[in-house]
Amino acid sequence: MAPTGSRRSGYSRRAQYNLFTGYVIAGVGALIGAILLALSFFQPHLFGGLRGAAQDGVSPATETAATVRTGTKGFWDTVSGYYRAGSKNAALKREMEIARIRLAEAAAVKQENIRLKGLLGLSDKEIKPVAVARLVGSTASSTRRFAYLGAGSDQGVAVGMPVRSPRGIVGRILEVSSDSSRVLLLTDSESVLPVRRANDEVVAFAEGRGDGLLRIKLINLGINPLKAGDVFVTSGAGGYYRPGIAVAIVTQITDDGGLARIVSDPAATDFVSVEPIYEPEAAIGAATPIERELGD
Amino acid sequence: MERNDPRSRSDAYGSRINRSHSPLLANVVPWVSIAICSILPIFPIAAALPMVPPLGLLMLLGWRLVRPGLLPVWAGMPLGFVDDLYSGQPFGFAILTWSLLMLAIELLETRLPWRAFWQDWFTAGILITAYLVTGWLLSGAQPTIHSLVALVPQLVITLLLFPVAARLVATLDRFRLHRWKAV
Repeated sequence: MAPTGSRRSGYSRRAQYNLFTGYVIAGVGALIGAILLALSFFQPHLFGGLRGAAQDGVSPATETAATVRTGTKGFWDTVSGYYRAGSKNAALKREMEIARIRLAEAAAVKQENIRLKGLLGLSDKEIKPVAVARLVGSTASSTRRFAYLGAGSDQGVAVGMPVRSPRGIVGRILEVSSDSSRVLLLTDSESVLPVRRANDEVVAFAEGRGDGLLRIKLINLGINPLKAGDVFVTSGAGGYYRPGIAVAIVTQITDDGGLARIVSDPAATDFVSVEPIYEPEAAIGAATPIERELGD
Repeated sequence: MERNDPRSRSDAYGSRINRSHSPLLANVVPWVSIAICSILPIFPIAAALPMVPPLGLLMLLGWRLVRPGLLPVWAGMPLGFVDDLYSGQPFGFAILTWSLLMLAIELLETRLPWRAFWQDWFTAGILITAYLVTGWLLSGAQPTIHSLVALVPQLVITLLLFPVAARLVATLDRFRLHRWKAV
């Protein structure tokens, strides 16, 4: 393409000044950007209010898109359900039979649990979700894995609350504005979650790797007891998540643990619920630096 | 004359008689199109990988390389501000990188005033790669080799999408300069 003459100012003093000012403003802009970037490295939530307001501003569009997305997903599920319906039906019936038996067994275990807890004097708290909302969007072009939730401080959502779908943990609330909030997904490389193996007491940390997988890092090193297919659930340590919610399934064994796939894919869920922080005192204690003493 | 060729008194931007450009559209279209493309990547839910290309950046490069001289050299600052509100990178990242990008293209243009589309694509490719790798380094999280590998599909898609962005910019430019106003 032919070069434009816009950079040649000639003898016009005005054009010369305009051109010079443009370069100065561009340089100052880069400098301001560098300062803001440094600030947001040291204070990551400094601009959360600004981002939240921007997110609230586009929420009519994102809410509509989320409704359409979940609607069309249901439609495709219905259509694909007809494909090989007969054999699927038979398989489901067999599975259903077994599930019924397991359910009866689980009811017996539950009954025994109630009896034992009654003996120990423990009482079960009913956990009611703070809010139920759609995941309306995500930072799909960034290296970081955040999602946006269509509920905010107006609905009672607060920073640190766990977000879960019917299948399992999705993430944790990171920033809140009035009508939307930002969720740190499990797959983000800054996300760490204390977990244990579902059928015994093997405890570990589930860390996001940034490429869609979780790294299961065992706390007790030694002989690696993991096998592919092991299910990990939240252990309740740290105080944010209540114990026993599904997190990940191990797919590959490594030296110090394994690699796991998340159970609850945020892209496949329509509604998620925000639960209150499991043990707020423990969560505050974990967040307090060691040098400072905890008060009452 | 009209009977032989009905479009004889018009060009690509519409009739030349009795019509004029809309100053509002002519000024606003590049800025608004870039801002909208900055917002678009929040709509899909990508839980595993960064799959959606940085569309705002693609449009910025498109407008800057396909229509040089239209966006001022300082355009990276206000447009980067909008992108920072939605991108998920730490605040200030796009303000910094987009400003530097505009300055880099300006510098390049003084050295190579005459360019073909292939050279523009090459330029955009280098800048996009640099932008994505910088984004990986300055994402606010520990940069790991796994998240770098996860960047590759996005990089490839973005590089391949530049010609599409350039064509879109050309279409938007025709829309921008269409003679809407009756005088």
